[in-house]
Amino acid sequence: MKFAVPLILFAALVGFLGVGLWRDPHLVPSPLIDRLAPAFHLARLDEPSREFSPQELRGKVWLLNTWASWCVSCRQEHPLLMALSQAGVVPIYGLNYKDNRADALNWLIEMGNPYVVNVQDTDGRVGIDYGVYGVPETYLIDKTGVIRYKQIGPLTLAALEKTILPIVRDLNRSLEK
Amino acid sequence: MPSLATVGQFALIAALFLASLQATLPILGAARGKTSWMAVAIPAGRWQFIAVTIAFCSLAYSFARNDFSILNVASNSNSQLPLNYRFAATWGSHEGSLLLWTFMLAFWTAAVSFFSRHLPNATVARVLGVMGIVSVGFLLFMLTTSNPFTRLLPAPLDGRDLNPLLQDPGMVVHPPMLYMGYVGFSVAFAFAVAALISGRLDAAWARWSRPWTLIAWTFLTCGIAMGSYWSYYVQGWGGWWFWDPVENASFMPWLVGTALIHSLAVTEKRGAFKSWTVLLAIAAFSLSLLGTFLVRSGVLTSVHAFATDPKRGIFILCFLSIVIGGSLLLYAWRAKQVGLGSPFDVISRESLLLSNNVLLAVAAASVLLGTMYPLIIDALDLGKLSVGPPYFNTVFVAVMAPAMFLLGVGPVARWKKATIPELARRLRWAFAVSMIGAIAIPCYVDWKPLVSLGLLLAIWITATGLLSFLDRLKGAGPADMVSRLTSLPRGYYGMQVAHLGVAVLIVGIAVVTGYELEKDLRMEPGDSASVGGYDFLFSGLTIVSGPNYEAIRAEMNVSQKGTVIVRMHPEKRIYNVSGNALTNAAIDTSVFRDLYVALGEPAGQNDGWSFHIQYKPFVDWIWAGAFLMAVGGILALTDRRYFTSAKKKIDVREAA
Repeated sequence: MKFAVPLILFAALVGFLGVGLWRDPHLVPSPLIDRLAPAFHLARLDEPSREFSPQELRGKVWLLNTWASWCVSCRQEHPLLMALSQAGVVPIYGLNYKDNRADALNWLIEMGNPYVVNVQDTDGRVGIDYGVYGVPETYLIDKTGVIRYKQIGPLTLAALEKTILPIVRDLNRSLEK
Repeated sequence: MPSLATVGQFALIAALFLASLQATLPILGAARGKTSWMAVAIPAGRWQFIAVTIAFCSLAYSFARNDFSILNVASNSNSQLPLNYRFAATWGSHEGSLLLWTFMLAFWTAAVSFFSRHLPNATVARVLGVMGIVSVGFLLFMLTTSNPFTRLLPAPLDGRDLNPLLQDPGMVVHPPMLYMGYVGFSVAFAFAVAALISGRLDAAWARWSRPWTLIAWTFLTCGIAMGSYWSYYVQGWGGWWFWDPVENASFMPWLVGTALIHSLAVTEKRGAFKSWTVLLAIAAFSLSLLGTFLVRSGVLTSVHAFATDPKRGIFILCFLSIVIGGSLLLYAWRAKQVGLGSPFDVISRESLLLSNNVLLAVAAASVLLGTMYPLIIDALDLGKLSVGPPYFNTVFVAVMAPAMFLLGVGPVARWKKATIPELARRLRWAFAVSMIGAIAIPCYVDWKPLVSLGLLLAIWITATGLLSFLDRLKGAGPADMVSRLTSLPRGYYGMQVAHLGVAVLIVGIAVVTGYELEKDLRMEPGDSASVGGYDFLFSGLTIVSGPNYEAIRAEMNVSQKGTVIVRMHPEKRIYNVSGNALTNAAIDTSVFRDLYVALGEPAGQNDGWSFHIQYKPFVDWIWAGAFLMAVGGILALTDRRYFTSAKKKIDVREAA
């Protein structure tokens, strides 16, 4: 029997490797998921004299999208954001990350503006609270202000259709009852 | 000139056909006693080698002459790339490195076919058959999921260039060396499986396996050491070991291979712990295969992993299950018959070697656990985590320190039966010297426990080695000293040199870890800084052009006590095609220290740059130690014993 021990250990290893194959080693979960979205008060991009805070959105399901005019991948995901805002399924709020106001405004004129409101995180402080480690990143926040999902990197059609929109639908339904 | 892709493709298919033949007929023939079927093994193996060689040369030649109609060439090379790196780019990609793997396996197959004439026909048939099975797996894998000859038509005008990190002389020699070692364990593996199939495991089996294991181990030692040195000078951080999954993948077979060399020696000389030796032989190659899986399937994150493609992963996993699972099943079924071998006392050279063997295996297992742990935790849905150097360093030192202590005792102890009082009496001076040295020497600099432990073990290994050597010469007068020295077997010298290498390596690791100094500075031309008693004066920047890159080169005048000793030129390169930036550190090497200067980023005005300056005492001893180990391996390989047995057989044949 003792000679079979290596075989049994190996079988267990193969099991783990088999499962591991279907996982994405690059996927890093955010510690913020299922936690309250960090609060902030930031100047709006269009009217810097006015402030915006996520508290105003209690009772809504919404997306927070971090972006910057210097970010190449943001250009890539932009058409998807435009389509999403036109469909009106979920409102998109923008966190303009470490950017220059004039550049950001030009970018929105050039590419179109899918955002309900944009705020300026010029020094990236709020980005640190949200654990941003690269733009773009997108957070899905529910009616109680809890982060439900985080997309690292540009949004993709697959991520929207398979993950984000079903969660949005569930969240909208769950509190109607 | 037409592309050689078709030739290479056809050669691979032919190789698959030949390998299939080699994997089936000879093993069946050995089971049924059919000599004609067994006789297929040698020609099939040799022709397979020729076919794979043609495929390999076709790819290498296509790289050399910039045939961008091959996807692999277009993705990993460029017409600006110097010829030596174009050649090395042959194994720079996932597909190419698989072809190199297969080429090495075919090489070892051919080598076995040439150097096994003195072996019984059934053994040769089984050994080559098992190697054929492995070969079939790799050829199928290449042809179905990772074809190195996939065409790209119409061909692009130029290629996308080789990853700049790989554009280094290290890339030319390191992978072939490493793979020679990695894959070389397939021979010991094939011998072990063949022995399990036949149910006959004797001293002869151990004697046949030993030289093959030794040569593979020697290559692997060189390969790992080169990889370590390469990452030291090319990564720009001055680290020499990172416990990266890919490093671990080559280190695990090395640890088990080291255990196997020692275990084989005991099995051959004393007939002891046979079933353990067989298990080690299976484990060494299985870990090589597992390493290939880890690297090629993308299951772990690593700088080395080329591909994240589940299809490839599934193929390798099935293949692993068949080869490793099959051989372990065979082991579970047959090991009882093989038996444990001759008995020995609790205190004897056998038991000391066995303890050391177990420690090496435990060390390999702990590296395996650390490498696999993130994956296991993820598979069980317990979260994501990574295992870093603190785990590996702690566990590894804890396991290896007693192993290094036993390394000193083993060669002095008697076979079969030794006693503790006798050992203690013979080793007391060696122990005293090591203790005094370990406590006193670090006091000259700064006493640190780990440096002291390192010195203790290194002096202990050296002193006991010397003691064993003096024992062997005991009673020899000055007149017959020379004849006594020459009559000692080469294997014995090999052991001594390799063990001395271990001591040198330990000194290097202990001193550099304990006393290295580093500074991160912002400097403008004219600024100077002092690190480790050396003054570094940044005298200015120049722009230089390489064959396929532009570089900013800083000049650093290094002086000690007012006299300039060396000018160092760290560079920051931007590669033309990929636009990747690479730091090219400047290193000034001498026996007792390295000075290491890396150019960081531009910082502020007036040509200010950030610099990373390091003083690394004894760091080169690490690689010198590994080199000595490899020399020991070569010395042991030239032992007369491996040649006389072969020769005797031929003599007998000629006489008959």
